[in-house]
Amino acid sequence: MDIVLTINGREHRLGVDVRTTLLDVLRERLGLTGSKKGCDQGQCGACTVLMDGQRVLGCFTLAAAAQGAAITTIEGLAGDGAPLHPMQQAFLDHDAYQCGYCTPGQIMSAIACVTEGHARTEDEIREFMSGNLCRCAAYPKIVAAVAQAKLAMGHA
Amino acid sequence: MRTFGYDHVHGVPDALRAGTDPGAHYFAGGTVLLDLMKLDVMQPGALVNIGDLRGQLGAVALDGDGLHLGALARMAEVADHPAVAQHYPVLAQALHSAASPQLRNMASLAGTVLQRTRCSYFRDTSWDACNKRSPGSGCAAIGGVNRHLAVLGVSDHCIAHYPGDFATALVALGTTVDLQGEDGTRSLPLEELHRLPGDTPHVETTLRPGELITAFHVPAAPWMRRSLYLKVRDRESYAFALASAAVALDLQAGTVRGARIGLGGVAAKPWRSHAAEAALVGRRFDEAAAEAAAAEAFRNAVVHEETGFKPELGRRTLVRALLDAAALEV
Repeated sequence: MDIVLTINGREHRLGVDVRTTLLDVLRERLGLTGSKKGCDQGQCGACTVLMDGQRVLGCFTLAAAAQGAAITTIEGLAGDGAPLHPMQQAFLDHDAYQCGYCTPGQIMSAIACVTEGHARTEDEIREFMSGNLCRCAAYPKIVAAVAQAKLAMGHA
Repeated sequence: MRTFGYDHVHGVPDALRAGTDPGAHYFAGGTVLLDLMKLDVMQPGALVNIGDLRGQLGAVALDGDGLHLGALARMAEVADHPAVAQHYPVLAQALHSAASPQLRNMASLAGTVLQRTRCSYFRDTSWDACNKRSPGSGCAAIGGVNRHLAVLGVSDHCIAHYPGDFATALVALGTTVDLQGEDGTRSLPLEELHRLPGDTPHVETTLRPGELITAFHVPAAPWMRRSLYLKVRDRESYAFALASAAVALDLQAGTVRGARIGLGGVAAKPWRSHAAEAALVGRRFDEAAAEAAAAEAFRNAVVHEETGFKPELGRRTLVRALLDAAALEV
């Protein structure tokens, strides 16, 4: 079927099998391999992207059903040569990863965690980041990164 | 994943027309359907995308009759709705404790109410025996790994648990559900939406073919501010309940005038314990009264190899929920 997706501000027209997930379109068709395929079963959060500003799972989103929404991936946070998004910078500052595989999903989820207003305390950050697993267990540094970035993003 | 037809509808009449085709499934958040389609547990012939009906079926409103929830409102927006948190804290807490933020942003209320069991034998098609997936094939969970399965409402044919939090809280509060089909609309108590497994565990609800859930109505009761959801699980967040309790108490001068009790993680369907409620009403509330109610709630529990701990965990969960609810300042 023919679909139109709006990703990082750019329109993409493509023909896809009806079964194609948004995650597979990003990675296999558009070369946007920042979003990761961890479990492909909605359990790890590595494929988290923003749809109209809300964090969702790319692996549980049919590409056909993602039409009409503004989709933001990790590649859309900072343009070439532009400064990093405060959340990206905070993950760097705090070394909030080891292998890095879950990191794009963590960063996309963390941005939404802040904009939702669910990053007021460290306990709240932990609870509202629980949909993103990190097998290296970099959790303490992830929490610290979110706490730093929320201030830079203008949230209390 | 097997292939399927795909229909994106823009109005309820179109949805009902497409939804009555044999093999068609309504599709909103997709978090249950895509999961089970990838596992080949479900093989819908067609998906009817009703996401665009959110404008008509997604409202949240509070009035003198109670709380009205559109079936396509998303879990996250209802969890964060100030009126829900203020007047029905048990509903907000049940939603907040369910799934993950990403899944709550995607899943519709009706979808989460209709979520399927997490029984491993249902989800893994390499097991032949599952009466829910393949009627008449037997039940591999009986005699198998069944620690997370049900002890209330089970049968010799199926011990699968209903895993959801939100429906447990909704059913406790006496919620009504609105349904729309090609032949018209009807309403029924949410308690009558899900069926017990009996000898037909593959028939999970009383929905008619093509019928669409359009709304939930929670009755008005100011005392439901004294309510909470307590969920006990293997990890602190993003896990299904081993046992949970949804409670609301109408306490007047220390005496229970009304009680609503739902139990999650331990039952074959969203479970309201009328027996536990009856044990409390008219009694002076204290720990002994809570324990008597909890004993009633699990009087008919049926345990299997690994579920012997669940009635006791369920009782303790309910007792703590009742004590915490009684101590709330509302």
